[in-house]
Amino acid sequence: MSYQGKKNIPKITSDRLLVKGGRIVNDDQSFHGDIYMEDGIIKQIGDNLIVPGGVKTVEANGKMVIPGGIDIHTHFQMPYRGTTTVDDFAQGSKAALAGGTTMIVDHVIPDPGCSLMEAYDQWRQWADEKTCCDYSLHVDITHWNDSVKQEVDTLIKEKGVNSFQVYMAYKDYYQMSNSELYDVFTFLAERGGIAEVHAENGEIIAEEQARMLQMGITGPEGHVLSRPEELEAEAVFRAITIASQTNCPLYVTRVMSKSAADIISQARKKGNVVFGEPITASLGTDGTHYWSKNWAKAASFVTSPPLSPDPTTPDYLNTLLSSGDLSVTGSAHCTFSVAQKAIGKDDFTQIPEGLNGVEERMSLVWDKAVTSGKMDENMFVAVTSTNAAKILNLYPRKGRIAVGSDADLVIWDTDCIRTITAKTHNSAAEYNVFEGMELRGAPQVVICQGKIVLEDGNMHIIAGVGRFIPCSPFPDFAYKRIKARKQLAVLRAVPRGMYDGPVSEFSMSRGGTPSASARTSPTKQPVRNLHQSGFSLAGNPALCGPATPDDIPIRPAGRRIVVPPGGRSNITSLS
Amino acid sequence: YRKPELIQTFIYCDISQNSDRLLIKGGKIVNDDQSFCADIYMEDGVIKQIGESLIVPGGVKTIDAHGRMLMPGGIDTHTRFQMPDRGMVSADDFYQGTKAALGGGTTMIIDHVVPEPGVSLITAFEQWREWADSKCCCDYSLHVDITEWHKGIQEDMEALVKDHGVNSFLVYLAYKDVFQLTDAQVYEVFSVIRDLGAIAQVHAENGDIVAEEQQKILEQGITGPEGHVLSRPEEVEAEAVNRSVTVANQTNCPLYITKVMSKSAADVIAQARKKGTVVYGEPIAASLGTDGSHYWSKNWAKAAAYVTSPPLSPDPTTPDYLNSLLSCGDLQVTGSAHCPFNTAQRAVGKDDFSLIPEGVNGTEERMSIIWDKCVVTGKMDENQFVGVTSTNAAKIFNLYPRKGRIAVGSDADLVLWDPDVTKIISAKTHHSTVEYNIFEGTEVRGGPLVVISQGKIVLEEGNIHATEGSGRFVARKPFPDYVYKRIKARSRLAELRGVPRGLYDGPVCEVSVTPKTMTPSSSAKTSPAKQPNQPVRNLHQSGFSLSGAQVDDNIPRRSTQRIVAPPGGRANITNLG
Repeated sequence: MSYQGKKNIPKITSDRLLVKGGRIVNDDQSFHGDIYMEDGIIKQIGDNLIVPGGVKTVEANGKMVIPGGIDIHTHFQMPYRGTTTVDDFAQGSKAALAGGTTMIVDHVIPDPGCSLMEAYDQWRQWADEKTCCDYSLHVDITHWNDSVKQEVDTLIKEKGVNSFQVYMAYKDYYQMSNSELYDVFTFLAERGGIAEVHAENGEIIAEEQARMLQMGITGPEGHVLSRPEELEAEAVFRAITIASQTNCPLYVTRVMSKSAADIISQARKKGNVVFGEPITASLGTDGTHYWSKNWAKAASFVTSPPLSPDPTTPDYLNTLLSSGDLSVTGSAHCTFSVAQKAIGKDDFTQIPEGLNGVEERMSLVWDKAVTSGKMDENMFVAVTSTNAAKILNLYPRKGRIAVGSDADLVIWDTDCIRTITAKTHNSAAEYNVFEGMELRGAPQVVICQGKIVLEDGNMHIIAGVGRFIPCSPFPDFAYKRIKARKQLAVLRAVPRGMYDGPVSEFSMSRGGTPSASARTSPTKQPVRNLHQSGFSLAGNPALCGPATPDDIPIRPAGRRIVVPPGGRSNITSLS
Repeated sequence: YRKPELIQTFIYCDISQNSDRLLIKGGKIVNDDQSFCADIYMEDGVIKQIGESLIVPGGVKTIDAHGRMLMPGGIDTHTRFQMPDRGMVSADDFYQGTKAALGGGTTMIIDHVVPEPGVSLITAFEQWREWADSKCCCDYSLHVDITEWHKGIQEDMEALVKDHGVNSFLVYLAYKDVFQLTDAQVYEVFSVIRDLGAIAQVHAENGDIVAEEQQKILEQGITGPEGHVLSRPEEVEAEAVNRSVTVANQTNCPLYITKVMSKSAADVIAQARKKGTVVYGEPIAASLGTDGSHYWSKNWAKAAAYVTSPPLSPDPTTPDYLNSLLSCGDLQVTGSAHCPFNTAQRAVGKDDFSLIPEGVNGTEERMSIIWDKCVVTGKMDENQFVGVTSTNAAKIFNLYPRKGRIAVGSDADLVLWDPDVTKIISAKTHHSTVEYNIFEGTEVRGGPLVVISQGKIVLEEGNIHATEGSGRFVARKPFPDYVYKRIKARSRLAELRGVPRGLYDGPVCEVSVTPKTMTPSSSAKTSPAKQPNQPVRNLHQSGFSLSGAQVDDNIPRRSTQRIVAPPGGRANITNLG
C-alpha cells in the first residue's frame, strides 16, 4: 500500500502537492494514508512519505479523500436552434468542480445528415478552449449509413471515442428504426464500443403529443403527460432485446422512472450486459413540479425522459443505485435560460429540454444514498466515479486513488450542510431544479490535475486547462463477458440429406409468409453448394444423438450452440 | 334449471320434425361456473329446456349420457383454413378444417381474413365469406387482419364493425415490408379499434430484428428449419408483446395476443394483467402440446412441419409452463392457429427456411391436449376447461351466452366428453390432409364421444357426419361487456386537464428559422405552433377552464384534479394494483 518514491529533484512547487492525514476511499476499500502528487499524477501513497521540501501540504484531518467525480453525461454549450445552452464549457466545468466532479463526459450531437467527424472536431475545439477539468466525449449517432459507419470506425480507432448514443425518441429527427439500431449495435459490438440509448418510444410520444395539444394542454405538464413512464420502460426493454441479439454492451442514459429501472435490473438478473445511468434530477427530485403555476419554474424541469410525477421515484432509484442494479450517475446537465425555455410558452413540445445537476450530483447522491444508509462510502465512489471510469476504459487512470493515477481528488466533508439555490449555484441558469433542498455532504477541497481548484469555498480555475482524455475500445468491464459469449455463440446448421421430394409452385410476388431477407436469400445459388458450404460434417455424426430414429425429437447433446433444444433462446440467460 | 317453461314445450310438441329435435338424458352439464346433472332438450339448433324429467315430444331422438360430462362445444379462436400464401393455399380448406375441428369437439371456429396489402378489407372479407359459406361444417366467425394502414382501411374497419359483424382486428408487428406496421400506425389502429368497440389482436414479434437475424443466419449457411427458430428467439416475441401492451395502455384499447408461444411472452402478459392492463393471451394447441426441439430433426419434412411464427420454443419446459398460466387465468383462451401446409408446399423453402410457408395443425387436437395436459394433471378443473376452450372466447368476442354456455336459448353446440378415452395422435388417423402431425405419437387422455353442432349429431361412435356448407356465419357485435366495461370506465376517468396559468410575459429567445430543433416537434402536423397567426390569448383560453382553485404557486402537489397522471400517481390509469 505504501510506496516510497525515489528522491526527486525539486522543481516548481506548485506542481507538487501532499495531502496528509486523509482516509483514502476507493470503491473497494478505505484506508489511511498520505498522498503525494507531482505533475498531475499521484506519485506516492502511504505513511511517512519522503517528499521534497517546501511542498504545499493540505491537511485532511482524517476526512475522506475520494477520487474526483466523473460526470458521465453533460451537454455544455449545446447548440439549439441558433442559440446555445447557457452553461458553456467554462461555466459548466466550473460548476462541476465546485461540486467535486473533476471530469466530465460531454455528448457530441451532430445534426442529422452532418458529418460526425466535423461535429467531433467542433466540440473538441469548444471544449479545449474552455474546459477547466479533464473531459471525454460521447458521440451521438443521429443518422446511419455507410459513411457514418466509416466515421464511427475512425472515431474509435483514432479519436479516442468508445461510446456512441442512439435515439429511440425524437421521431423524424434523431430517431432510429429497430433495424438501424440492430446495425449500429452489431457494428459497435465488433469494434468494441459501448452502445448508449436515449430510451423512449418516439412514435407513441408523437401521437400523444398531438393528442395533448388537441386537448388544449399546452403547458409543461403536457410534456410529462405525453411521455408516460411506460414509454420509457418499453424502449428500454426493446433496446435490451436488440443488444442481447447483437451481443453488444448497452448503456441506458437518463434512467428517470421506476419501471425503466426495473427493466434494467431484471435484464441484469438475466445476465444482460446493461448499465443504467440515473441522473442527479431523477435521484433528487420528481415531476410534480410540471404542474407548478409558475410557468418558468415548470418549464425549467422539462427534460426527456421526463421526471416522474411519482414522488417515490427518487428513493426507489437511489435504492437500485445502491444495490448495484443501476451502475453510474450523470447529470445530463443542459441548462437553458427562461427566455430560451419560453420558446415553447404556447406549445410544450417546443420547450428546449434539459436541466441542471452537474454541481449538485455528488452531494445529492451522498445525501440521498449514503446519509440514509443505503450505500457506504466505497459504493459512493463507485457510482460517482469508478464505474464510469471502468465503462469508458479510463480506469485506473481515473476513478481510483492509486500510484500512477491522475491527481484528481476530493476531500469530502461528510457533515457540511448546504442549501441548494439558484442564487448561489455556479450555473448561469435562473432556476435550479433542486431549489431549497438541504444536502449533507460537500467537497471541502477539490484537486484537479494535481492543482487545488477549490479550497475554503474559493475556486481557482483556469479555462482551457482541461485535457481531452481518449477512451480506448473494448473496456474490460463491459467486454470480457461479451467476448466470452461471442466465442460460445456459434450457430450450427443441422446436417441433413437433401430434400428431393415434390416442391409446390409458388409465386414470389405475393406474401403470406414473406421472406424479409429475400435480398440475401441464397436460393439463387446452386442447391448443392449450399448444403456443402454451410457447415462441416467432420466427425460429428455422433453428436446428433446416437441411433435416434429420425422421427423422435433429436436433441443434439454435445453441440455448442447458442440455442440448444432444451435451453433458453439466448446466451445471456445465465441463471 | 328445474322444469323451465313447460308450457312452451307443449306448443312445440307436434310441429317440428324429429331430426331437428334431440334429447340428451343423464348428462352432467359443465359450464365455466358450475357443473350439475340435468337433461337437455334442443330443437332447431337451440337449447329449449334444461332440467330433470323434461316433457318432450314423443319420438325424439334421445342420447343417454350415462353421467358423462356434457359441455359447450369448443370455440377455436384462431384458424387459417384455406389461407392463400404466394399462390399456394394452406392444405386444409374450410370443409376439411371444420371437419377436423368437429372431430376434436370444436363446434365453432374463428378464421382470419388476411387481405393482401392493396386489397380492400371488405373485398377480402367477402371473399372469405364466400369460401366459408360454401364449405364450413360448423358455425364460424371472422377476424380481419390489418396488413397496411391508411384512411381507406379505417373506413373499411368501420363498415366491417357496423354492417358485417366483425369485432376483432389483427395487426402484425412482424413480417417486415409486407404486413408489418410501425408503432405509430399501431397506435392509430388501436385508437380506431377502441372507438369502434372492437378487440385489437396482435401478432407479436419484432419484425425488424427477425429480418436482421434471418439474414445473419442465412449468411452463416444455416438454411434448414432450425434457422427459423434461431432467427426468431423468444426474446423477440416478448419484446413485441411488451410493446403492444404499452401501446394498448396508451390508447386504452383492449389487447389480445395471438399465438403465445414462449414463457417470456406469457410472463409479459401476466405482468401486464397484474398491473391492470386489459390484455388477453392465446396460447395455441402447438405451444401447449409440443416444443421446438423438432426443428433440429434430421428429417427435413418433419422439421419443416413445425414451422410457424412465433416459433415453438426449443425450451421443452414451455408447454408445461403455458398450461400452468392457462390454468391460473393469466392466459385465457386457446386457439390452434391451424394452418398446415403439405410437404411439397413446405419444400418451397427447402433451401431457405425463410421461404417455408408457416403454420401447424391443431384444431382437431386442441381440446384433448388441454384436457390431457391441464385437467388430467390437476392444473385446472372441468369448469376452467370449459372456460379456456369455449366460454372465455365467447365472452371476449361477444358471442356469449349464445355460444360458450349450456343454457336455455343458447345454440345447441354441445360435446359429450369422455374423460377416460385415450388416443394416440397420428397423421394416419387425423382429419387434416397433411402428411405430418406435429403431435405425432402423443398419447392424450380425454376426447369427445358425441359432438352436436346446431342441434345435430355430427360425431357419434367415431364417425363424422358433417354437411359441407351447413356452417353459418355468426356476426359479432362491438363493445363486448367482458372487455369493454373496464375500458369504458377508464375512458371516463382519463380526462386530462391543463394547468391554468397566467400568461408567460417574460422575454422569449429568438429562434432560428431553420428547424434545427433539439426538441423536435414531431407532432408538427397538429401542433398549434404551426398556426402562428392565431392570437396567443385564444390558445390559452380555449384549452381549459380557469374555474378551479389557484392557490398553489409554490406547492406543486395538486389534489383535486381529475387527471390520469396526478402528481403522486403513476403515469397511467391502468395501474390499479
